[in-house]
Order: sequence, then structure tokens, then C-alpha cells
Amino acid sequence: MAVTEEIRPNADALLHAAPPRRPANLGQILRWTLLFLGGIAMVMPIAYMISTSLKWPHEVYNLQLIPDEPHLENYTYVLEDGRFYGWFINSIVIAVVTTVSNVLFDSLVGYTLCKFRFPGRYIVFIAILSTLMIPTEMLVIPWYLMSQQLGWLDTYWGIMFPGLMTAFGTFLMKQFFETVPDDFIEAARIDGLNELQIWWTVAMPLVKPALAALAIFVFLGNWTAFIWPLIVTNSVEMYTLPVGLSSFGDEADVAWELIMTGAAISTIPTLVVFLIFQRYIIQGVVMAGLKG
Amino acid sequence: MADLSIRDLVKRYDKTQVLHGISLDVEDGEFVVFVGPSGCGKSTTLRMIAGLEEITSGEVSIAGRLVNNLEPKERDIAMVFQNYAIYPHMTVRKNIGFGLRTAKMPRADKERRIDEVAVILGMTDLLDRKPSQLSGGQRQRVAIGRAMVRDPAVFLFDEPLSNLDAQLRTQMRLEIKKLHQRVGNTIIFVTHDQVEAMTMADRIVIMKDGHIQQVGTPSEVYHSPANTFVARFIGAPSMNMLPGVVEDGGKIWLDSGTEVTLNTAAKPGQAVVLGVRPEDLYPGDGPALVRGPVLVREPLGAETLIYVGREGDEVIAKADGRTPPEVGEEVTLTAALENLHVFDAETGEALR
Repeated sequence: MAVTEEIRPNADALLHAAPPRRPANLGQILRWTLLFLGGIAMVMPIAYMISTSLKWPHEVYNLQLIPDEPHLENYTYVLEDGRFYGWFINSIVIAVVTTVSNVLFDSLVGYTLCKFRFPGRYIVFIAILSTLMIPTEMLVIPWYLMSQQLGWLDTYWGIMFPGLMTAFGTFLMKQFFETVPDDFIEAARIDGLNELQIWWTVAMPLVKPALAALAIFVFLGNWTAFIWPLIVTNSVEMYTLPVGLSSFGDEADVAWELIMTGAAISTIPTLVVFLIFQRYIIQGVVMAGLKG
Repeated sequence: MADLSIRDLVKRYDKTQVLHGISLDVEDGEFVVFVGPSGCGKSTTLRMIAGLEEITSGEVSIAGRLVNNLEPKERDIAMVFQNYAIYPHMTVRKNIGFGLRTAKMPRADKERRIDEVAVILGMTDLLDRKPSQLSGGQRQRVAIGRAMVRDPAVFLFDEPLSNLDAQLRTQMRLEIKKLHQRVGNTIIFVTHDQVEAMTMADRIVIMKDGHIQQVGTPSEVYHSPANTFVARFIGAPSMNMLPGVVEDGGKIWLDSGTEVTLNTAAKPGQAVVLGVRPEDLYPGDGPALVRGPVLVREPLGAETLIYVGREGDEVIAKADGRTPPEVGEEVTLTAALENLHVFDAETGEALR
């Protein structure tokens, strides 16, 4: 009993004492400062985009973040402009089709290069990878000539075909399929599935995080693509959102407040896509079916 | 008719030959365990039976049908992998039923079959769980269930217990053995653990460097090892090997200076190795096979292992668990003559 009584005051003191505070060191201060500045650099363009979309034309070149007279007239104008919906639909169709196409075909090629042993496999992979080193600007003219010969100028196909499959996506998926143990594939083979069924039923669900990452990359890339859609489209009806928004204004003046309003609206689908797929990325590759 | 027949099976990867023409017949309902050290070719053999590895030459027949050129799904086999390979994105029910996807049977029959297997494996309550919610033993059971549901001619197990802890391994060993007694299918089981092989097998196939060293019942390979490799591989602790030379009249003069008279096929002058298992070697009266101080004692409860002789050249014997000799005490180890094995020192082949 005596021992318990002696110990209790000390235990109470420990339980109720505030956790010891460690003094922040210089490295920590530097890290936080850098992160803060990085955060500001990321947030400011978005803040200015929203701010400008709420300004009157005469305020646009005034750099203050909070408009003197914030209003939603620009949103009303842009949403009532019939062209905007057309561009929005164009961008949605192109981004969705290219995303689905990349998710399917990049993973199919990546899976094949990863899980099948055939002569020339390595050469094919290197050939695909080497196309990553060619800048888009160099490819634009051949793409244009191809589109012209195929009659795809000013069509969805013309805008989409260069991005229906990407070397980056193939590389990404191949690397992720490397993490899928062959046991899964072989078990499915013994269970009687054909190779296409194995890819779709077994391998694809195991690389969902990679598919989500790829979907986000491809969707954003195509949603914001500017140069190629600008070149391949002629009619205003076939413009995508970025191309259409850049056409706001005339030779004398650029209507930044309308462009920023359109840009603000156009971020909504990207946010939706990110919110849908980000949980798969956070989950990481789940390998719970293997030894634990 | 043999359920599984392997004839002159050869596997070569470029210039490296990993299987050197092995042959084996497995009877219907038999539990055969392939055992051997890493790289001996046991898993390769299993994968060739499954159709997951190409056969360089030789023949594999299942239920009298040559399967060399058949796809794995056409071979009427099911396989349980070392890593379980149950699909993490599917529930236990879907995992078990996965093997029936391609089977042409009504949905109700498939469900009934899954439920039957779940009952046998005691997994009825777990059917709606995902693998991440299961323990290692339960995952292994799901993997077995997925194989069982197809009721194949031959079950193939590729080191399925290696990833389990010692206690669970013992439990699963027993469960698989009971399962075999219940369903009666042919099982080919690969392991590197000789205890698993001894406890589960009807027959053991001991392999080394792509060759079969011996095929026999657990008792046969333990009591009549075909060579020094089998003698050392089967049994823990390993069999003691005492070098010697054969003299006239079947006498063997051991390097330790002891003479033993045995009825062997060895010729006079031939260098031999006398093998004796630790449990057959004990302190006592009789021909002194080994004399020396006790270097180390390992108490196991019922008995105590003692290491006797010179450092680096010691032999292992089993002493009484209650009154074992002290460390440093000089002991004389002896054995009954019928428990001694004689091997050719050069080839390692058994001579008695």
C-alpha cells in the first residue's frame, strides 16, 4: 500500500502534464517557409482567376485581389453565350474518349510488354519509350498532314487521334503491372480464363491506383490542350474550351474577365475527375491477396 | 492406372538444364510430396505438370491423357500457390467460385458447390469478406477452397505453408491431411520442409539438382535412405556420418579407431561412411562408435541433444531428458548394429 501511495502523485503528474514542446529549429522554420511560399505560388493564380472573373472590365488591370464591386455578370454572360456550351461539350467528349482510350490501350500494351515473353519485347518497349523524347512541336506538322489526308481536319477524330494512346501511359502501366505477382496471372490461367479475361478481370483491378493516376493525367492533359486543337480546328463550333476561351475579345482588347470566368467554370470537371479518382491513388496498390 | 504419369521429363533454360529426365507414376488418390533443397527442380516439375512451364522433352499424362500440349485449364488440375494468389478485389465467395466461372453449370449449382466447399473448410461465416479481412491461415484456406471447388483430377500445392507461422503451419498441415482423407483426390505437394513431407505424404519424392534421389514411403526413406543425401536430408537432426574403411570379413574400421562388424555389400579396402541417426546413438555399453567430451547440450524436454567429439567434427546423440551427461563429461556413444547404415564414401550410395 505504501508503495502505491508513493507512486500515485508522480503518475498523476505525468498524466496531467502538458506534452513537452520541442523548440523549432532552423531547418524546420526553413521547411515551413518554403512550403508556405510554395502554397502561395499554387493558390495565387487560382485566386486571381476567380477574382478577375468577379471584376468589371475596367478593374481587370487593377491587381487587387478583392474586387471593388464583385458581381456575377461575367458568369451570366459566358453561360448565356451559346458557343461556350458547344466548346464545353467538345472538351468533355475529347477528354473522356481519350481518357477511356488511354486507360484501355495503354494498360493493354503495358500488360503485354510486362507479362508476356516474346522475341523483340525489349526493342518494342524501347521504341515506345523513345517517342517520349520527341517534342510535340515536331510532331504537329506530320499530325496535320495525316489529318488532312484522312479527312480528319476540323473533326473530333482529328483532335483526338494523337492522344488516343501515349508512350507515357504505356510506360506507367507497364511499371505498375510489374508489381502484380505472376501467381495471380497463373492462378487465373489455371482457373480457365483466357489472356484477355485475365487482363480485364484479374490484372486491371489490381492496378486501379495506376489507372486512376493515368486517367487524371490524360483527362487534364486533354482538357487543357491548346496548340493541337487550335491547329486542327477551323470552325468555331469545333473549338475546345481553351481554344474557344482564347477567342474572347477582339483585335483591340482581350476580355480577361470573360476568359477567367470561362477558365473558372472549366476547372469544375477537372475537380470532379480528381475527386472521383484520387481515393484510388491514396489507397495505393492493394496486395492483400498475397501473404500478409 | 496411374492418375499422373511423368516420363523422362527434361527442362532446359537456354544452356542450363534444371531437370534431368525424371520419371514417376502417381496412383489415383495418392498424396505425393516432392521435397528437396532450393533449386532442386521440385517447383519446376510441379509447374510443368500444371502447364505453367514448357516441357523441353518428356511426357506428362493426367488420367491416362497426354497433356504436354494442353493449356493449364484443359489439364483437369487445380493449384494452390505459395503466396495464396487469392484476388484481393473479390470476396471469399467470388474467390472460391472463380474457378467455376468458365464451368458450364447452372448458377444455382455453382452457389451450392461454393457453399459445400465453405462448409468443408469452415469458412461459411467468412464468405462475404475480402482477403484483407482474413488471417494468413484463412487466406490459405480460401486458396485451397478455390482449388477444391473445381473437383480436379489432381491437386497441385506449391509450398503452400511456407508463409505461415510455425503453429499455423502445423494446424494447416493437419487440415490438409484431413481434407485429403475426406475428398480423396490425388495431391502433389511441393515443400522444402522434410517434416511436412514426412507427416503428410503417402510417398515422398526426394530431389536434388534436377534428379530424383529416392521415392518411397516416409518410413522407407527414413529407415532405408538410398544415399547420403537422403539420409542427411530426411530427419532432424541429420544423420551422423562416420568415415571408415572396410576390412576383411565385413569389418569396418572407423577413423575414430573403432571396429564394427556388419553385413554389407562393400568390398574390402573400400572407403565407406557409416550413418547413424542421433536417436539411435546413445551413451552406454556396446561398440564405442564415438568417444569424447560433451561439447554442447540442447535440452528438448523429453530428451536432450548432446554434441560429442572434437570441435567441428562432433556427432549428435539423444540422451535422456532427465539425467543427461554434463558438458565436458567424457562419454562413449554406441548404437544397435541393425540401426547402422553403410554408404559408399565416393558415390554416397547405400551399401546396406
